Amino acid sequence: MPLSTQSQADDEQYVLVASLDNARNLSNILKAITFKDHAIFNATPNGLKVTVEDSKCLQANAFIQAEIFQEFTIKEDVVGFQVNLTVLLDCLNIFGGSTVPGVSTALRMCYRGYGYPLTLFLEEGGVVTVCKINTQEPEEPIDFEFCSANVTNKVILLSESLKEPFSELDMTSEVLQITMSPSQPYFRLSTFGNSGNAHYDYPKDSEMMELFRCNKTQTNRYKMSLLKPSTKALALSSKVSVRTDSRGFLSLQYLVRNDDGQICFVEYYCCPDEEVE
Amino acid sequence: MDCVVTGGNVKVLAKAIHSLSRIGDELYVEPQDDALALRSVNSSRSAYGCFLFAPLFFSRYTVPSENDFRCKMAIKSVQAVFRSLASLEKTVEKCHIELDMKKNRLTFTLHCKHGLLKTHNLSFQDSESLQAVFDKDSCSNVFRAHPRLLVDTVMHFPPSLEEVTVSVNDERMWFRNHVDEETELSKAMLTELCLASDEFDQFSVQGQSSVTFCLKELRGLLVFAESTGLPISMYLDEPGSPVVLSVTDSVLEGNFVLATLSDDPNHHKNNTRRAQTPPSAPPDFENDDIDSYLIAMDTSIVPGPSATGPPTPHLAESTYSKQPAAAKHSTNIHSEEEEEEEDEMADSDGPPNKKFCSLFFGSVLPPSSQMSTQPLTNQEVLASDSEEDT
Repeated sequence: MPLSTQSQADDEQYVLVASLDNARNLSNILKAITFKDHAIFNATPNGLKVTVEDSKCLQANAFIQAEIFQEFTIKEDVVGFQVNLTVLLDCLNIFGGSTVPGVSTALRMCYRGYGYPLTLFLEEGGVVTVCKINTQEPEEPIDFEFCSANVTNKVILLSESLKEPFSELDMTSEVLQITMSPSQPYFRLSTFGNSGNAHYDYPKDSEMMELFRCNKTQTNRYKMSLLKPSTKALALSSKVSVRTDSRGFLSLQYLVRNDDGQICFVEYYCCPDEEVE
Repeated sequence: MDCVVTGGNVKVLAKAIHSLSRIGDELYVEPQDDALALRSVNSSRSAYGCFLFAPLFFSRYTVPSENDFRCKMAIKSVQAVFRSLASLEKTVEKCHIELDMKKNRLTFTLHCKHGLLKTHNLSFQDSESLQAVFDKDSCSNVFRAHPRLLVDTVMHFPPSLEEVTVSVNDERMWFRNHVDEETELSKAMLTELCLASDEFDQFSVQGQSSVTFCLKELRGLLVFAESTGLPISMYLDEPGSPVVLSVTDSVLEGNFVLATLSDDPNHHKNNTRRAQTPPSAPPDFENDDIDSYLIAMDTSIVPGPSATGPPTPHLAESTYSKQPAAAKHSTNIHSEEEEEEEDEMADSDGPPNKKFCSLFFGSVLPPSSQMSTQPLTNQEVLASDSEEDT
């Protein structure tokens, strides 16, 4: 294996080394949060957290636990850097991102520390490509202060049932309105477009509804343009948890199963749309 | 209006709307006692489509008692209701269409699997009645075939092709891409397909003919016919007379009326290209000019059932219009119509106009004759005669 010919001495200079037999396990989940170029990487011994933000109103996080990687070595408590996500994805798919079973790109991702580029060794069919991506000063991700203690309403749905409504959302509507209520309409998605309005109602006893815990009727509007990228995460996921807190902030958590059946999480936070009088 | 469509019929309804969207941007909805009419017309009024769904098509069919409700709405917004066409059959159990007169909304409610309820409240505009005046039974040439035959035929034409020329004689039908007169023949590619009469379920030809019409609408109806498996009938006459495409079964009827390019006698005399016409084709296949024939549209308000001998459109407009908004609209149409008439006169002297022109006028039909298939059975020619006729 060309990737293992790396000498131990080489490895010692890196603060972070992460290897994957199948680079798709990383690239797929990163696609679910690709809506802006800049991604903040935050590695801890538990794994890798990648954050993308938009307009200080939307934040998407992808969590890839250390166990997903075949090797995950970190020499510091926290390693943080920022890279261009589009470039990273292009590199991860440098061999075309084949989906043929049995053909996969192996990845070894190394980082020497502040000021150094992120180095990717990619190997497929005996060919090795080395990519170096310049890193940037890591920004501090916004803290949305979304804590479970303040969660008013929560539903868990099988993603299957949300995929179609999200794919056919009326994009002429500026907002997506989410209503969650202990009484009817329980869980409702509404759009207000040029040609009229549309409502999608999910009864709480639907077999698509895995959990329904709503304490109080809450109706909040979120910018459609902000929520649209979350459709990518939805498409990959098998379950989604929709939560709102007392301030109307929205949390969407997606459970994503990768090619090897392992579980990863993608999370979106979104501010409610304030009505400006 | 309160209608319920269940099971596979939801898909049929959705497909009908999708095929009408190939014609125009607006969907005209008219709930009648005997059928729900969905219609569309293109902006130049050279193509018209109408689907009639009989009450038996629905599990519940109630229409307003005053019975003169009709409206139009953006066809895109109705398409959006049935966006996931592919999964419609599997996911939608029931579709409920309800009119809320107070809120001026037409509500489509889809009852889907797992209890998911999709409600679309669509706004609409009042509209004039839209009615094409045509009589397919008077057409000299009638064909009926399984949609597959025509789908396989038009498949060979590029999606960019706008018009197709259909020629018939006693034994065969030819489909040919229509080459614009301005196109240099050396650069044009000609595609021709020949169908033998025995490929059709019905093939009755009274005279050789060759007409040119738009392919887009034909494709639209073919998608519908193929998904429902209904045979498609084609009624065609001479160049300039509209071609009628039709699908029928016991609970529904769909008719698409398309203008054809008309013959221009002046052009004929100078037609130096005639020699290049393949011998198999009727000689006039390539007349691609001018004022084509138009589909006459009834765009005015339908008066009470007593008006069996309707007055002229202009009279109708001032005497019978009930809704001010609609009246205004029909005034616009009539003024356009006069312009069109002038255009037409100018054209007879001037150079050929390359486009399908349309000429339309209001004629007032008694509701009793409103089956759109044969509103005025005695009308062979639509545009100029009908005013005298009425």
